[in-house]
Amino acid sequence: MADDLLKPDELLARTDHRPPATGWMDTPVNIRKGMYCYAANPKSVEYLSLPYARQWNPVEDDWKLPENWKQIIFEGIRDRLDRFRSFKIFMDICVRCGACADKCHFFIGTGDPKNMPVLRAELLRSIYRNDFTTAGKIFGKVAGARPMTAEVLKEWWYYFFQCTECRRCSVFCPYGIDTAEITIIARELLNLLGLNIDWIATPVANCFRTGNHLGIQPHAFKDMLEFFVDDLEEITGIRVEPSFNRKGADILFITPSGDVFADPGTYTCMGYMLLFHYLREKYGFDITWSTYASEGGNFGFFTSHETMKRLNSKMYAEAKRLGVKWILGGECGHMWRVIHQYMDTMNGPADFLEEPVSPITGTKFENARGTKMVHLSEFTADLIKHGKLELDPSRNDNLKVTFHDSCNPARGMGLLDEPRYVIKNVCKHFYEMPPNTIRENTFCCGSGSGLNAGENMELRLSGGLPRANAVKYVHEKHGVNMLACVCAIDRAVLPPLMDYWVPGVDVTGLTELVANALILPGEKERETNLRGEPLPGMEE
Amino acid sequence: MASNKQMYDKGKVVAGLVIFVILITFPFWYNLGKAAPAPELKLTEKAKAEKVCVMSKEEMKAGHMQLLDIWRESVVRNAERTYVNASGKEYSMSLSNTCLDCHSNKADFCDRCHNYVSVSPYCWDCHIDNPKEAKK
Amino acid sequence: MNAKYMFSLVAVIVLFLLAYAGVEGAGLHVLFGILIPYAAIAVFTVGFVWRIVNWAQSPVPFRIPTTCGQQKSLTWISPAAIDNPATNGAVVIRMILEILLFRSLFRNLKFHFNEGNRFSYIWEKWLWLGALAFHWAFLAVVIRHLRFFAEPVPFWVQWVEQLDSFFRVEFFTDFLQIGLPGIFLSGLVLLAAAVYLLLRRIIIPQVKYISLAADFFPLFLIIGIALSGIAMRYFLKEDIVGIKEFTMGLVTFHPSIPANVSGIFYVHLFFVSVLLAYFPFSKLMHLGGIFMSPTRNLANNSRTQRHVNIWNYPVKVHTYEEYEEEFREKMIEAGLPVEKEL
Repeated sequence: MADDLLKPDELLARTDHRPPATGWMDTPVNIRKGMYCYAANPKSVEYLSLPYARQWNPVEDDWKLPENWKQIIFEGIRDRLDRFRSFKIFMDICVRCGACADKCHFFIGTGDPKNMPVLRAELLRSIYRNDFTTAGKIFGKVAGARPMTAEVLKEWWYYFFQCTECRRCSVFCPYGIDTAEITIIARELLNLLGLNIDWIATPVANCFRTGNHLGIQPHAFKDMLEFFVDDLEEITGIRVEPSFNRKGADILFITPSGDVFADPGTYTCMGYMLLFHYLREKYGFDITWSTYASEGGNFGFFTSHETMKRLNSKMYAEAKRLGVKWILGGECGHMWRVIHQYMDTMNGPADFLEEPVSPITGTKFENARGTKMVHLSEFTADLIKHGKLELDPSRNDNLKVTFHDSCNPARGMGLLDEPRYVIKNVCKHFYEMPPNTIRENTFCCGSGSGLNAGENMELRLSGGLPRANAVKYVHEKHGVNMLACVCAIDRAVLPPLMDYWVPGVDVTGLTELVANALILPGEKERETNLRGEPLPGMEE
Repeated sequence: MASNKQMYDKGKVVAGLVIFVILITFPFWYNLGKAAPAPELKLTEKAKAEKVCVMSKEEMKAGHMQLLDIWRESVVRNAERTYVNASGKEYSMSLSNTCLDCHSNKADFCDRCHNYVSVSPYCWDCHIDNPKEAKK
Repeated sequence: MNAKYMFSLVAVIVLFLLAYAGVEGAGLHVLFGILIPYAAIAVFTVGFVWRIVNWAQSPVPFRIPTTCGQQKSLTWISPAAIDNPATNGAVVIRMILEILLFRSLFRNLKFHFNEGNRFSYIWEKWLWLGALAFHWAFLAVVIRHLRFFAEPVPFWVQWVEQLDSFFRVEFFTDFLQIGLPGIFLSGLVLLAAAVYLLLRRIIIPQVKYISLAADFFPLFLIIGIALSGIAMRYFLKEDIVGIKEFTMGLVTFHPSIPANVSGIFYVHLFFVSVLLAYFPFSKLMHLGGIFMSPTRNLANNSRTQRHVNIWNYPVKVHTYEEYEEEFREKMIEAGLPVEKEL
């Protein structure tokens, strides 16, 4: 893949934000290599009993659509207009003021006008107007309406899989029109015709079957974590003992499976294990992992509301089966949007759980008393605030850290200061990126919402450019060499993004930093961090 | 699913709509049962006897404020106090002494139209020296 | 691209000619003065209510506020109470700021691609200012016009008039005289802001690219309304006593056609009628929609309180039993606890 890529300068030079001479309705879609993800594997679609599983190829003319596909789309839109006020209102009230245009990382990175949030939405609105509004039926193109065609369908597919549902545009929209909501609905419509991408469909099928996106089976899941146990013993001299599927534990821990699988997420995972061990030794903290609910993330969210619910159901089901008091959630972006804004509504009420209380500090997590699920950053920040963690931040002295707010915790929840508080207590050198690129203004990694595949690398690098550019700023100004985040997709996709745009910056999860600084009772003198790299002062 | 077409958040929506309709129909209910014909102006005996004003009735109706503006400019800035109208008749450019000499009934003449269309000219801020008219 | 705004401009010109010729040429005073305005206000009111009811007939299944600041979580972390509202009271404040002051538009940042591949996001307030000026001026103009629709004129209408004519603009030469009747700033601000909003749609390439004919039409129409209104007040000196008698006739359901009122008045009235009748079927419904936008009008309290989705339905899930059934052997072998032994 990397061989076909342009050099950063070439990619930048090619990005032109001037719109083309032809109007957008008259500019046909060009499904370009590097910008799209492969079509869903029919086996995955079938496994989920989703419709029209078949082999098809986005760059071929014939998408093997069902005969009555226009009818399916029409009815799909009608049904969703009836079920989602958000959809109806967002179809109707946009005034095309353009405030959202240059807020999208994909527009900034690609210059493609159809990546302006307003125009992305218009791709769908134009069909809505044509089929559902009086003005559109009478005035047609003048009123911004156009009939549904196979070309339009392809355009939808191409551009609704070039939106990461990051909601940045929604922050700036005077009516709060949320392109994420529109993309979610559009992808639902595409899924009615079996038009998913494989990077979403297969993880979803995996997750449905094995409990996690990667398809790790229970015994393998345990093996992988035990592999980390060995690593941790080597580094700290302490053998941690994670428990799995254990009934009667106080708390169930759920985190994205990406943390179990790939660097640097694995170090975050080791961090979780170390932290829980510390808390158990010191305070008798009682937590279990689950192999059945071994996925925090939810690519079902990128398929349809229904699929999201199907995958998410495992969290409460497992909590109920194991009889825990409440659930602790690991570091993940969209996982937390699903938990925070959807879970209780879809799969609640969680009346079999208790209102979450930290067994160590006694803090009642009032903000989670309904859903009964607490974010690890909230939990850790509370521990630090109460002085319950013995920390040696100097072990992170070789790091100059900045923090990337993940889109979903930032704009679909508001988890901003908890992780910052944690970082500032475990690292001495923390530098914020420019204010217009963090917190609610944060830029997406460019690969969220299931777009973190390999074949669409040019899209990912273009979309991640605004984020990378802000990192570059602090890298050059303060020598920042570590980008911290609370998201598994970030940990997977930011390293190649940094390598491409800002070489010299590594990526870490928050809990990896915590675990590095954490002084375990009875540990040996640590010479390396969790990555096996020498600690500051321990270099030969 | 939502086929029965009920309204959700009905209380808030209906309350909002009621406020909207009340605001929109303000002119209709505010004036309910009132007839509001244009006011009739009363001319004083002196004005009736005079028959014509400095300009025609139509010109005066549309342009009296501008004429007064011109007069003020002439008198205050250029010290010219005599106005000659289209038919050659001379007038002293004075609101108090010329206009209000005939139209001494401010309340029944000036104010009626001004009030009807909500105009509050600042003439009266200064010109209170007409003996027949006390400052309001 | 020109086609889009030319189409709308031509449409407004045609509307102008229709009303002007209809009244001055064909003598259709009753049509343009009485029938169309009544029809327009009826269409506006019924249409507006119908649109809102139609929106309300779709439920809000999920609580999806866009959070624009720190959540309310741990007691010692201070939350962004308004931009990330945790209570309904805070939502009300958020909505007031949004509706009256265009809070979100105020955040606007303009992206610049600078030398040396550096990006910047600059504090850009022109759109916010233009939009705010436009809407507030429009509101002032509407309230001021109530002097034609209420007898006696309510005190608050007079207040607005006084506020509006606070700056006494007077300009006096032999050729041009401005100042009497007194200048109302709102009309001029409305015109200037509408022209600004129009120009940015024509000049800024990206905004031009996304603009539809339906975006230009209301702007041209409103510019037409402002121009005809300004012309009548300052230049044509329409007989406002006669006009008020006419408008009062309309609102007391005793309509009669005034004498000595020029065609421009009917053009003004027709433009307003068209705007009113067009309103419910167009993007102008953002006036109602903003109140109902689920990303703004909901509290971010979905982890505290359960929000019920009216159409929540059971879905096919993969139960633990099915899962264990498939992997039991391997689980036992790996020492994982199981519900059912082999």
